[in-house]
Amino acid sequence: MQSLSNRSKVVTKKEMSFMERIYLPAIFGGMAITIKHFFKKKATINYPEVKRDFSEVYRGKHVLKRDENGAERCTACGLCAVSCPAEAITMVAGERKAGEEKLYREEKYAVTYEINMLRCIFCGLCEEACPKEAIFLTDELVPTDFKRGEFIYGKNKLVEPLDNRVDISKRQTQAVLDFKKNKLLTHNRL
Amino acid sequence: MFTPALIYIFILIVVIFSVTLVIAMYSTYAERKVAGFLQDRLGPNRAGPFGILQPVADGVKMFMKEEIIPDVSNKWLFILGPSVAMATCLMTSAVIPFGSGLTIGGTFYPMQVADVNIGILYVFGVVSIGVYGIMIGGWASNNKYSLLGALRASSQMISYEVAMGLSIIALVMMTGTLSVREIAAGQPGGHWNVLYQPLGFLIFIICAFAETNRAPFDLPECETELVGGYHTEYSSMKLGFYLFAEYINMFISAAVISTLYFGGYNMPFIGRFITDPNTLSLVGTAFLFGKIFFFIFFFMWVRWTIPRFRYDQLMNLGWKGLIPLAILNIFLTGLGMWFFGKVG
Amino acid sequence: MTLYLFYFLSFLAVLSALMVVVSKNPVHSVLYLIMTFFAIAGHYVLLNAQFLAAVHVIVYAGAIMVLFLYVIMMLNLNADTEPQKGKWLRVAATVAGGILMVVLVGALRSAADTLPVTAHDNQIGMIKNLGKVLYKDFMLPFEISSILFLVAMVGAVMLGKKEIK
Repeated sequence: MQSLSNRSKVVTKKEMSFMERIYLPAIFGGMAITIKHFFKKKATINYPEVKRDFSEVYRGKHVLKRDENGAERCTACGLCAVSCPAEAITMVAGERKAGEEKLYREEKYAVTYEINMLRCIFCGLCEEACPKEAIFLTDELVPTDFKRGEFIYGKNKLVEPLDNRVDISKRQTQAVLDFKKNKLLTHNRL
Repeated sequence: MFTPALIYIFILIVVIFSVTLVIAMYSTYAERKVAGFLQDRLGPNRAGPFGILQPVADGVKMFMKEEIIPDVSNKWLFILGPSVAMATCLMTSAVIPFGSGLTIGGTFYPMQVADVNIGILYVFGVVSIGVYGIMIGGWASNNKYSLLGALRASSQMISYEVAMGLSIIALVMMTGTLSVREIAAGQPGGHWNVLYQPLGFLIFIICAFAETNRAPFDLPECETELVGGYHTEYSSMKLGFYLFAEYINMFISAAVISTLYFGGYNMPFIGRFITDPNTLSLVGTAFLFGKIFFFIFFFMWVRWTIPRFRYDQLMNLGWKGLIPLAILNIFLTGLGMWFFGKVG
Repeated sequence: MTLYLFYFLSFLAVLSALMVVVSKNPVHSVLYLIMTFFAIAGHYVLLNAQFLAAVHVIVYAGAIMVLFLYVIMMLNLNADTEPQKGKWLRVAATVAGGILMVVLVGALRSAADTLPVTAHDNQIGMIKNLGKVLYKDFMLPFEISSILFLVAMVGAVMLGKKEIK
């Protein structure tokens, strides 16, 4: 058959020479290679003591950001849930009462906000869709658990604690921010 | 009844026994370390510093695991299998001279349990009955994979015993004795037998790999084809016995190789620096163990380098390769002795 | 000490030889036979014939019995596949056994007349003396039998070498 790519090679089973047939040179060659590896630097990283640095754009567990005053940024618009390809996000929206201005930035907020970490594929589309810069993926890992129910993360696990703010500057560099704010781009004109 | 000689022998047996077991124990650790290092990994390093307590942890695990004897197995033989495997591999060390000997209070005590005048044949006899442990265990499991493993083990060991025996004959022709002690003593300084018997040594070490069921000849427990081979049905310490027996066999093979071909406790030039015979003997023992450890390392090095043979390749190598070669070696040795006179 | 060892080994040899015949399971029979061989090897050691003992273990226990076991393992040992032995077979077996017994009794009766063998040289079984006997007094038969073995081995290799076309 005519090869379409012209890259195929005709393989022949060559008669082995005497040196090849006694195998010993090949065996010693192989052993030389393995002994070379014996003295090489090892690739292992001793995990709990030494941790490998994550990539700067690693996408791990989500965080719901607060603004500078500590009010939740999320306005429960649902864009993240819509954009989520795995349909891992659900939320219930509620209206902000008087006196809750310190807690929620906008008049509408998420009463419940749940991400099913077993469904989530950590694609980061929710982060991209969010118009309020409220949800981000951090470099933290989702810990293991024994029950499936424990993997549905509510607001208690997602909203960043006031006394321990999560740094997302790696995810949201100035360039990203500028890109998102640039109204000249069709992407942001909606 | 309890003469000093008898007490000395008793102490020697206990010492050799415990040394063998400790070395076998740490061979399991060394194997995993060597495998790790050869594959750019670190190997076990969690239990204790550098993972030095790993064998202890493994032993505890082996003892604590559930002991399963299959319902359809032949129970007595199922238990007999690992016992035979363990007993035979521990018996071999009796004839190996671990040093020239100590002179205590004017009496000479050789560092060897029994100096029988047919030492090599004793080793062969024990090795040849070692296969029963595997065969009995494999058959008694009443499992087709175990049976196949047992059959492979027996045919492999019988085939390679022939070539091994023939390669030893050339050595015996040269040394003129069957006593392991005399063979070891007959290689003073650097006159090691391997220099006169390179081909015989090559055949012997290849057969040693096959006899100990080590890679590249580990077909009886070849996990890609036979699940676990002859020890598929074994669990807990009975499995531990089989694995342990393999490592003891490796130690014994290394000891036999170093004694027969690499001068045993002899080392060139050490006689010039040390004059006290007792110290010399102990240093010789240290050198012997150095050689043994090198060969144990060599066994592991080969295991983690060379892929497993196919069964027909194994048989081809044994019958068509090594046996004619061993006969040729006998012929060459005879010619050499005729032309150059008796060597050594 | 030696006497007790002799009694122990003899008892072991006779008992395991009986068990070879008596036990139902062929694999057990083979294992008892191996035990018999070991007991006999022990007797050789008692007679100071270490070479013979070692060779006995290597050849019989180590090689031949492995092949026995190898073949028996391949058999289907389930009871229902065992062919039923007919009435005539039992009669034949009884007759054959009886004849064997007559022969044995006859042999033992004549053996009573022979003088007890006394080992005039207890070093006769040592490898050096044995070698001298084999290579001086029995040179020709020894060499011929060794050539026979070599031929057998070469034959085995040649049979293996035959390529299937």
